[in-house]
Amino acid sequence: MTTIKQVAVIGAGVMGAGIAAHIANSGTPVLLLDIVPEGAKNRNAVAEGAVAKMLKTDPAPFMSKRVAKLITCGNIEDDLDKIAKCDWVIEAVIERLDIKQDLYRKIDAVRAKGSVVSSNTSTIPLATLIDGMDESFAQDFIITHFFNPPRYMRLLELVGSGVTRDGVIDAVADFADRKLGKTCVTCHDEPGFIANRLGVYWIQAAMVEAMDRKLTVEEADSVIGRPFGIPKTGVFGLMDLVGLDLMPHVQSSMAGLLGKSDPFHAIYRESELVSKLISDGYTGRKGKGGFYRLNREGGQKVKESVDLQTGEFAKSEKARLGSVRAAGKDPRKMMEASDKGGQYGRAVMGKTLAYAAFIAEAAANSIVDVDDAMKLGYAWKTGPFELIDAIGVDALISMLEEDGVEVPALLKKAAGKSFYKVKDGELYYLGFDGEYAKVTRPDGVILLEDIKRKSERVAGNRAASLWDIGDGVACLEFHTKMNALDSDVLGAIKTSIRTVKKQFKAMVIYNEGSNFSAGANLGLALFAANIAAWPEIENLVETGQETYKALKYSPFPVVGAPSGLALGGGCEVLLHCDAVQAHGETYIGLVEPGVGLIPAWGGCKEMIRRWAENPKFVKGPMAPSAKAFEIISVATVAKSAMEAKENLFFRETDGITMNRNRLLADAKERALSMVDGYEAPEEFTYRLPGEAARVAFEMAVDGFHRLGKATDYDRVVAGELAKVLAGGDTDVTEELSEDDILELEREGFMRLVRNEGTMARVEHMLLTGKPLRN
Amino acid sequence: MTNAVIAGYVRSPFTPARKGALAKVRPDDLAAQVVKGLVEKTGIDPNAIEDLILGCAFPEGEQGFNVARLITFIAGLPRSVGGVTVNRFCGSSMQSIHQAAGAIAIGAGDVFICAGVESMTRVPMMGFNPLPNPELYKAMPEAYMGMGDTAENVAAKYSLTRADQEAFAVESHKRAASAQAAGKFTDEIIPIQTKDGVVSEDGCIRAETTAEGLADLKPAFKADGVVTAGTSSPLTDGASAVLVCSEEYAAKNGLTPIARIKSVAVDGCLPEIMGIGPIGASKKALSRAGLTSADIDVTELNEAFSSQAMASISDLGLDGAKVNIDGGALAIGHPLGATGARIVGKAAAILKRDGGKYALASQCIGGGQGIATILEAM
Repeated sequence: MTTIKQVAVIGAGVMGAGIAAHIANSGTPVLLLDIVPEGAKNRNAVAEGAVAKMLKTDPAPFMSKRVAKLITCGNIEDDLDKIAKCDWVIEAVIERLDIKQDLYRKIDAVRAKGSVVSSNTSTIPLATLIDGMDESFAQDFIITHFFNPPRYMRLLELVGSGVTRDGVIDAVADFADRKLGKTCVTCHDEPGFIANRLGVYWIQAAMVEAMDRKLTVEEADSVIGRPFGIPKTGVFGLMDLVGLDLMPHVQSSMAGLLGKSDPFHAIYRESELVSKLISDGYTGRKGKGGFYRLNREGGQKVKESVDLQTGEFAKSEKARLGSVRAAGKDPRKMMEASDKGGQYGRAVMGKTLAYAAFIAEAAANSIVDVDDAMKLGYAWKTGPFELIDAIGVDALISMLEEDGVEVPALLKKAAGKSFYKVKDGELYYLGFDGEYAKVTRPDGVILLEDIKRKSERVAGNRAASLWDIGDGVACLEFHTKMNALDSDVLGAIKTSIRTVKKQFKAMVIYNEGSNFSAGANLGLALFAANIAAWPEIENLVETGQETYKALKYSPFPVVGAPSGLALGGGCEVLLHCDAVQAHGETYIGLVEPGVGLIPAWGGCKEMIRRWAENPKFVKGPMAPSAKAFEIISVATVAKSAMEAKENLFFRETDGITMNRNRLLADAKERALSMVDGYEAPEEFTYRLPGEAARVAFEMAVDGFHRLGKATDYDRVVAGELAKVLAGGDTDVTEELSEDDILELEREGFMRLVRNEGTMARVEHMLLTGKPLRN
Repeated sequence: MTNAVIAGYVRSPFTPARKGALAKVRPDDLAAQVVKGLVEKTGIDPNAIEDLILGCAFPEGEQGFNVARLITFIAGLPRSVGGVTVNRFCGSSMQSIHQAAGAIAIGAGDVFICAGVESMTRVPMMGFNPLPNPELYKAMPEAYMGMGDTAENVAAKYSLTRADQEAFAVESHKRAASAQAAGKFTDEIIPIQTKDGVVSEDGCIRAETTAEGLADLKPAFKADGVVTAGTSSPLTDGASAVLVCSEEYAAKNGLTPIARIKSVAVDGCLPEIMGIGPIGASKKALSRAGLTSADIDVTELNEAFSSQAMASISDLGLDGAKVNIDGGALAIGHPLGATGARIVGKAAAILKRDGGKYALASQCIGGGQGIATILEAM
């Protein structure tokens, strides 16, 4: 099997450049080529411009600005021969067959023997792309369909042909899985493959039904959202995000490619409204807006939406459909509601789910692949077949029959059953042959979801559980809302320490929520403060300090394995682990100042230590505290695991796993590797500058205040942080223990929590999700 | 009393901190190349050099130890040459010239290299471990006031508008760019060898600077302030050196003196308006030389900020057309410790090049001081 060590991407548009950036994220050198613009002085202007633009894009295509250096920019006239060194060449140029095939011939002339060539096409069938090409080229050629943005969307659709050489798909899939973190779904050479085939149908159905049934865009998006586990952008918000101008092109190409009997034709029609919006410049968020826009007239930002009947914009009104509120997260309730929301949800999702069953066998190897495609390519929380199970196969069939929608064969096969079932702790899915087959995971993948299905937890409470993940390793799972931390989580950590000491060799802290932990439970803190329960609050702070310290000095290795947000207390627990194995997409920070607080579960203590112990960092009593102040005072959040290493939230030796599904296995392996000869770390002795440092920090904050970058209350919060990081009133000749710093953290925290300014920040955060700038 | 003369002046290119071509060069290596260049250019016998007096505003890290002594080693000077590092913040390398002149006057040596260096990339302003005295800060916070804030204070005190400050900065860039284009810096610049090749051009000068462009910048130090990055000197990496010797030694040893040091002065002022430092210091130096500002043909006045330079020019009654005729620090850059030797050397060079009798070099100093040197044509 070819091992991919160097990659070339041809075409530096949004997709090509984004793919190149993500390949660079994996540490792999990548060549990015595009055309030479007419009359250009700089012949590499297109590719270089794309990289420069990506360095400024938010959300960032790069996991760290440093990796941009792994991209070598060039042009196809001067640099095409450089692809001879590449193991994989990705074509991401305009969707025109003649241009693509012309390029393929040029690529074939210079590429290395055995290298893989793939196209990122979303509309041209593989058979058409290789038609008339040399057989040796066709054998090495596949479709690799990335989703936008390539760094963040976890789906990669792979399409091979009858002539594809053995090992080609495997080579790309292995690289994409381990290095790029993608879940690879093998698709058949069908129009739109899996995700877009179903996605385009779904969008079309949702748009047409909303127009016909006279719903507002807000109403439509509220129905086709939370009740079905679909992101709250719904359909119209999604189109704004993707770009309205893409839709007519994709839809007409789909209409052209699909067979006459395909149900897509029944709902396909060109929308005058969409054409008008596009011609008026409403191409979505990249343009003036789309179905939604921000009206900035008169200096204020007013969210507006378009009336689907008249095409006029008016102030956006929040949808208030009783059916949506009553349904909550229950798709069946939503579809059974009798108001226009219920009727709309039933019409759109009934047809869409039927279509999923209609296309599944032709487009995919299994219903699991269809579900994965929609979950990872369209960010649905549950795939269409999981949704059908949630609604009930029979219930859906009768709804479809009542509504005169043809019931597809696959759905009939499932009548009286479900698409998934659990037997003896194992998950099975319904095959196209009507038989159940076991859901298998790729080699080396361990999912807590699977472990939980077949075993009982070892210990735990309402907030967290301890699981046996084999080989003497335990896994501590948080499972509160947003995995917020409270006294029950702390209690579970303490119990786990005792249990692991007796029964296991090592512990991993990991969960499969979207976020590792959003931090301490602010609602509880606010409640306690409102009733002036100061001793209780101080007790919680102290318990957290003790618990995290116990974790740090436990006699067994502890490995933190975060993914998603790890904020505040969630960051602090990781700072106390012996090692971290982090998912590449981890967003970590000590954000306490945003809610008027300071880290008080050892976050300040650990950050000073990390900078003081970093051999590459400047020496002196001030430097580590100054760096910690710089990071914490502005609530810095690292936007990737790579960035987290730059801020020392993670150590240089900590590991990064690109594939979310491999995180637990990697963390377990790391924990096991530390078992032999494990000794708990030694206590650190601090030598801090005291008052002089506090003064220096205050001077810096005052400067930002004069500049208008720090608010009045920022000065108060930063003042308390300064005291802790300076070491209080210590002198540089004196030594401080970890407990001394913890005491400073606690005192500062308690002064702030009693301050109205802090309470206003906490309240505002709970209400709006945004920091208050008081 | 023995007269001291300037008998040579060189500098490295001045390039922007962090992004510039000298960012990866250690300051000791940078200064050593400049010192070596001065020795070669002037033909001075290295064995005759008494001391390397080197100014540096933040003498720590790679500028630490006694960096002057280390630079004598790197530059390949004989072991008999001494080395002393002096710190008067931005006035450091002008101070080194004053120390040499003083030493010559009392017969404590004949030949001195007076140099300055600052890598604002590699040693941050304030240093790595700033530890202000808490009691002093409480009693007198202005002792530690940031330079930008003092520039705002000077602008307020002298009612200098933002637009006027920007026009001043545009003029500085214009003059520097045309001097650069006319090759007027070629003589003074020692090309620097770096790992990535030779650097021989200044990097801060922006010929394309316009008033409109500067007007778009946000205030840099105060939300409603009038001082921006465009009217502040840029953070810069650079080194400079002048050869100072007794008039007699120069004559006997075939050196070419450029100008004679006529008088020098330092003068303290309020720290919160440190930018007006040149006023008091220049007045003192003029009076010691028995001159008035009307006698001055050439002025090199460090442009730490537009506001302080403008206030100093107007208070001293200088003719703006004769001040910084090849551009000032707003355009060329201001590597703190290296600026003093640059502007004294430059004033001497212009006096020789363009004619005239007297030249003044002066600058402001953080913490509230000014320093000035008056030169006489020879």
